[in-house]
Amino acid sequence: MADKKNQVSRRQFLNYTLTGVGGFMGAAMIAPMVGFAVDPLLKGEKDTDYVYVMDVNEITNEPQRKTFQVDQVDGWYESKVDRTAWVYKDENDEILALSPVCTHLGCTVDWNSNQDFPNEFYCPCHDGRYDKNGVNIPGTPPTEPLHSYDFQIQDGKLMLGKAKARKGA
Amino acid sequence: MLQKMYDWIDERLDITPIWRDIADHEVPEHVNPAHHFSAFVYCFGGLTFFVTVIQVLSGMFLTMYYVPDIVNAWESVKYLQTQVAHGQIVRGMHHWGASVVIVMIFLHTLRVFFQGAYKKPRELNWIVGVLLFFVMLGLGFTGYLLPWDNKAFFATQVGLEIAESVPFIGGDLKTLLAGDPEIVGAKTLARFFAIHVFFLPAALFALMGAHFIMIRRQGISGPL
Repeated sequence: MADKKNQVSRRQFLNYTLTGVGGFMGAAMIAPMVGFAVDPLLKGEKDTDYVYVMDVNEITNEPQRKTFQVDQVDGWYESKVDRTAWVYKDENDEILALSPVCTHLGCTVDWNSNQDFPNEFYCPCHDGRYDKNGVNIPGTPPTEPLHSYDFQIQDGKLMLGKAKARKGA
Repeated sequence: MLQKMYDWIDERLDITPIWRDIADHEVPEHVNPAHHFSAFVYCFGGLTFFVTVIQVLSGMFLTMYYVPDIVNAWESVKYLQTQVAHGQIVRGMHHWGASVVIVMIFLHTLRVFFQGAYKKPRELNWIVGVLLFFVMLGLGFTGYLLPWDNKAFFATQVGLEIAESVPFIGGDLKTLLAGDPEIVGAKTLARFFAIHVFFLPAALFALMGAHFIMIRRQGISGPL
């Protein structure tokens, strides 16, 4: 049997077929379970709704802290969760709505709250600082500017969407 | 590649005798369906084990989404079945496998009984097998409540009343199972979940270990 060149012996043949068929059956069993487990990766990002926060004519040059609620669907649990934004107009009269989440490690920043650093966004956790445009001040822990909310203006009302990293701010 | 990795480990740890000891054993001719087709009856024990493995695996994955809480249990089952990838298949495996495993155990028991394979020296293994059967029924009973739908609730209600009908200790037995003398609710569900995923599987694995060690030690009973 095995003395002819390149011939598969009976034992090898059985090994290959049994391993192959067994492997196939095992894979068929495991595959749906793995898909089940990695489902959060397959879900992708959800569309965000824009939520009313304040009237445009109330926006000042001084950052105002605004809280609003968004609907959150967390698997089988649906709830409303609070979001906060610092809303103001910058020196070019452009509207900015900044997320208060520090880009260092995610603490909450406050405007003009530290006497040593007036007119800055200040993070109490590790002395992270941002200038009035929300740009991180070199030499402090944050590595990028505060994220800004996407916004829309409908009939003079400011509607906020998702907070995203700012390009080149 | 694989062979080289194996050799590297084997050279240092000498692992070959360990698995050889487990894997090398002769399958007698009278239990080999290739020789006598009627020998397929010897497969039911192995099939029971196979389905048990599927139950353990699918159950592990189901607990990634399931929560044993009366407010969320049903919603989480609905979510994992309808929204999660392959959820219907994974839950289906666990649901149908639960019935199949009982059927397989029953067929395995019939074979052992009618062949008289339980007789000396295998009495102990028969006893362990019966205990395994009870553990499996317990898994079925506790698992039935977990989806927390109407069928689950009322089936458990009935099951608990059966437990209550036991003379003298029935009342206490029911309270112990349900976690409350009257209510079938939050405490019952949490308790049944704990029993279903921790206590009974632990007992199951221990008994299966004993079952397999004994059959390996004593060998399969001879031909009729």
